[in-house]
Parts: sequence; C-alpha cells; structure tokens
Amino acid sequence: MPDEHLDRAKASDAPLSAAVHQRDLGHEAAEARGWHEAAVVGRSVTINRPRADLYAFWRDFRNLARFLENIERIDVGDDRRSHWVVKAPAGRTVEWDAQITEDEPERLIAWTSLEGADVKNTGQIAFADAAPGRGTLVTATIVYDPPAGELGKLFAKLFQKEPKVQTRRDLRRFKQLMETGEISTSEAPAAGPRGSFS
Amino acid sequence: MRALTWHGKHDVRMETVPDPQIVNPRDAIIKVTSTAICGSDLHLYDSYIPTLHRGDILGHEFMGEVVETGPGSTLQKGQRVVVPFVIACGKCFFCEHQQFSACDNSNPADKADMSEVLYGYPMTGAFGYSHLTGGYAGGQAEYVRVPYSDVGPIVVPDGLEDDKVLFLSDILPTGWMAAENCEIQPGDTVAVWGCGPVGQFAIQSAFVLGAHRVIAIDHHPHRLELARSMKAEVINYHDVKVREALAEMTGGIGPDAVIDAVGMESHGFAFDNVVDAIKTSVKLGTDRTHALREVIMACRKGGRVSIPGVYGGVADKFPIGALMEKGLTVKTGQTHVQKYSQKLLEMIGEGRLDTTYIISHRLPLEEAPRGYKMFKEQQDEVTKVVLKTH
Repeated sequence: MPDEHLDRAKASDAPLSAAVHQRDLGHEAAEARGWHEAAVVGRSVTINRPRADLYAFWRDFRNLARFLENIERIDVGDDRRSHWVVKAPAGRTVEWDAQITEDEPERLIAWTSLEGADVKNTGQIAFADAAPGRGTLVTATIVYDPPAGELGKLFAKLFQKEPKVQTRRDLRRFKQLMETGEISTSEAPAAGPRGSFS
Repeated sequence: MRALTWHGKHDVRMETVPDPQIVNPRDAIIKVTSTAICGSDLHLYDSYIPTLHRGDILGHEFMGEVVETGPGSTLQKGQRVVVPFVIACGKCFFCEHQQFSACDNSNPADKADMSEVLYGYPMTGAFGYSHLTGGYAGGQAEYVRVPYSDVGPIVVPDGLEDDKVLFLSDILPTGWMAAENCEIQPGDTVAVWGCGPVGQFAIQSAFVLGAHRVIAIDHHPHRLELARSMKAEVINYHDVKVREALAEMTGGIGPDAVIDAVGMESHGFAFDNVVDAIKTSVKLGTDRTHALREVIMACRKGGRVSIPGVYGGVADKFPIGALMEKGLTVKTGQTHVQKYSQKLLEMIGEGRLDTTYIISHRLPLEEAPRGYKMFKEQQDEVTKVVLKTH
C-alpha cells in the first residue's frame, strides 16, 4: 500500500518532496541506500545568474560555508573528497568525510557521507535553465538518516525546527550571495554574516 | 546615539543605543536630519503588529547626510539623501521589473520565514517595522545603517529644504502609486477614502494624472479642509451616507476609480503567534475592513479599485460577489518607492506637488514619544509629525 501512494504521486509532474505521503518517500529512500530510516528534504530557488556561475561556485565546497549556516568549514582534499565540520550547540562540532559521486559540469553535483559519519547523509544540487531571461532553477535534495538518542537530540537542536526550514534558509542565503554579492542581515557586526564578499 | 525604541503597547521611549556600523559592502550610514511618524507606525504603537522585540528602533520615513560608506556604495560622504522605506537589492527578478517592494533578497533568511508562512512568499525588508520585515533598525534615530545604498537613497539638491522632500521616503510615492493604480482616463471621477497624508497625496496625484473630479471621504473636519484645499469635493461620513452621496454626485453611475487609503483599522493582525495562527485558523482574528467593503460597493461597474491602505491578515464578509459581478479591477501593494523617486523629486522641484501643507507639527527627536501620543489621540488637529535632530 505505501508503494501505491508514491506511484500516484509520481503520476503528477511535481517533485516528490512535495508529495503528501512523505513517510513512504523516506522508506523508499532508506531501502535504496540500505539504511534503517531516511528523511528527504527538497527545495528549489530561482537565481538570476547563469548556470555556469552557480555550478562553479558550488563545486568549490569551501564556498559552501559562506552561506550554509551550520557549516563551520569544509576542507577539500583530492578532486572528489571533502571533510565537513558542522557546528553543534555549546561550541561543539560534528564531523564527517564526504565524496562526490556525480559531477556533471553546469548541471549536477551529488555527494555522500563516508563510513563513520555521525549522521549519514547524501546531498544533490541540480542547476537547470529557468524560463528565458529568468536565470537558473536550483534544486537541492538532501537525504539523511536521522540519528536516535543523544545524537538525535543534538541533531534536532542543530537544525532548529527541521532540516526543511534549514534548507529553505540556506538556499535563500545562496541566492542573496549570488545575486547581490552580500548576505542580508539586520544584526550588529559582531553577530554579522559570514557571507559577504571581501 | 539617541533613538526611539518600542517597549510595548503605547510605550515608546528615547534611549541611548549603540551607533550603527557598516556591515555589508554596499551599506552606508546616514546621519538623520529629519524623520517623520507614519500612520502605520501607530499600528506598532498600538502593539497590533506581531514580532516586535523590546528595544527595536522604529521609523521608516527619514533623510539626512551620508557620513560613512562601504566599499560597494555609490554614495559620497556629505551628500544629502532621502531613503526609501523599502529596502531593495536592485538585482533580483522583482527589482529588475521595478517591483521594488517585492525584493527577494533584502529580508534576512531567518526572518523571511515568518512572512513566507503568512503570505506564501516572503515580504521584502523594510526599516523599523518589526521582524516580519527583517528587524532592521529604523529612522527615528540619530544614525541609520542603510543596506544596498547604491539602489535606494535619493540624492537631493541644495535649495530644496528637508520638509519639501522628506516624504519621498514613503507617503508621497504611496499616494502617487495609489492614483497610478486607478488607471485614470480623461473624464474620470476618483473617490478617495481617508484624508490622512497618503490620501492627501493621492488626491493631488489623481489630478496631476488627469482626473476630472476627485471626491474625498473622511470624518475629521480639518483633514477634509486640507482635501478641499487641493480641489477635492468632500464628504463627511458621519453626516452623509457615502454610497448614496457618491451615486448622486456621479449622476447614478458611481466613481470610475476608488482608493482605499484607510487600511486596516483598530486591531491589526490580532493573533499571537504568526506560525501557529496559520495552522489553527480559529485563533485568527480578522482585519476590520469597513472602508474596503464600502470602496468595492461604491465603485462603478467595470471600474478600478486601488488599495494603498495597509492590511495584514484576512478579511471577513469580503464582497467578492460585488467584485466579480461588477467586473472590477483591483490593484494594490506596498509602494515601489524607488520606481517613482526621480520623477517625483523633479515634480517637487518644479512646484507641481505641494508636500509641506500636511505637516501640522515639528518636534525635536527627543520628544518623539509625545509626538506618537498626540498623533494617536488628536487625529483631527495632528495630520503629520516631523521630528528634527537639530
């Protein structure tokens, strides 16, 4: 029966992140990856810049820390490997290694966390031309295995309400940075954004 | 620096707060010379707008001198500028289409959530108007940090004193856009509800845009006198039945275009938690919309309804039947200030618009709390309060 709901959702032209039966989507994603459980977050934004510019900026993962709020920093190793340091409450950090699994220049970048990651996750960012003159349609999809217990609580705090909210905010900051060169803030400088050009 | 801060219902105070600083490259810091209290500030004063924090600096109609600029600003120190209340980045889809009050980037990402939940898509950032519009410190202060200073601020020539140009920040373009949204044709009669400053500028603008007649509706005698001074015919709704009067005055047809310059009355949004209210609509109060209902009922068939008046939530008993069956066009929105700045500045310089007659009181900034109180309590005598920093 779960498959039925998803099959019906797939008959619409909408992305599955908007499907009514999200749990079924999570089950399917977990099965595909051999995980216990999974949650899927998808969100898109239109950015008034060419695909090539956005792809190039995102491809250098060091840039992501400028607008992904919870990322302390990302170190890039050889061409496809990276080390992510993520902020946690009380000044702590959570870390994992990741590897790029797909890289279609100007179109798609996909990555996955490696063995030993505290929070198993895969991410994908797709760049497609929006309607003529409108720029680029950017779609982010994150699949993660929500941790239980202590780590679960940490995870919940980390992502405030839920990863969906976080993704929405992060994409908005990416758009601001790419379109205006700045990240909007009304905070005083000490609490200011990390993302402004310098 | 000294600034007017909000602390609760009917509780605004002058406090000493840290000076603003350059944060982003396109910022500039303005030293304020003149700043005004807006009718919509009274909604903040009455505590009807959610997401205000104690200590927030209010004010969104201000002008002054550029004292500091970031590396990405195009302003020069010493320039005299009027700052639009809407913060627009100039680079997003909306700004490029001149819909500056719909700017996609100026509301910080973590604040934009609130209006996205409320309205479907997030509001733009604005000065001094709660965290729904980004929590930016406002202009009833000695200094203000102005983001995207290469887009908004209007440079003012010497020889035009502050009082003449201050209202380029908000109410003059608001009145203008309200009249423009009427799509005025030769021979048109335009009816304006609300003779506050926005209504006054809408009346003037309607005549400049070619209206044959303007009929103004209010109940404050002094405000009706001001409307008459701008060549409008007037109706006091305490003494006269408005719809009947309008029908008779237009020979049975009704006004061709109608302007609601009243906006939500009294209780504003009327719910505590913005996000919860969407989920549990029982908690949702409704905006009072008496003027809006009347405006729709009074408009002639096939006519145009222009709504500059600010509304926040949902309306009860909205005459959707009248709207549809009479085939009305509705145009509304927060003002795209930057779209009109240059044109209106030129018209002021040419003497085609009178911008100072609505100012009833000038006070030092230090007396801002008194200014709020009198604006709220004596609406007939007090039409506009302008605060001066020296």
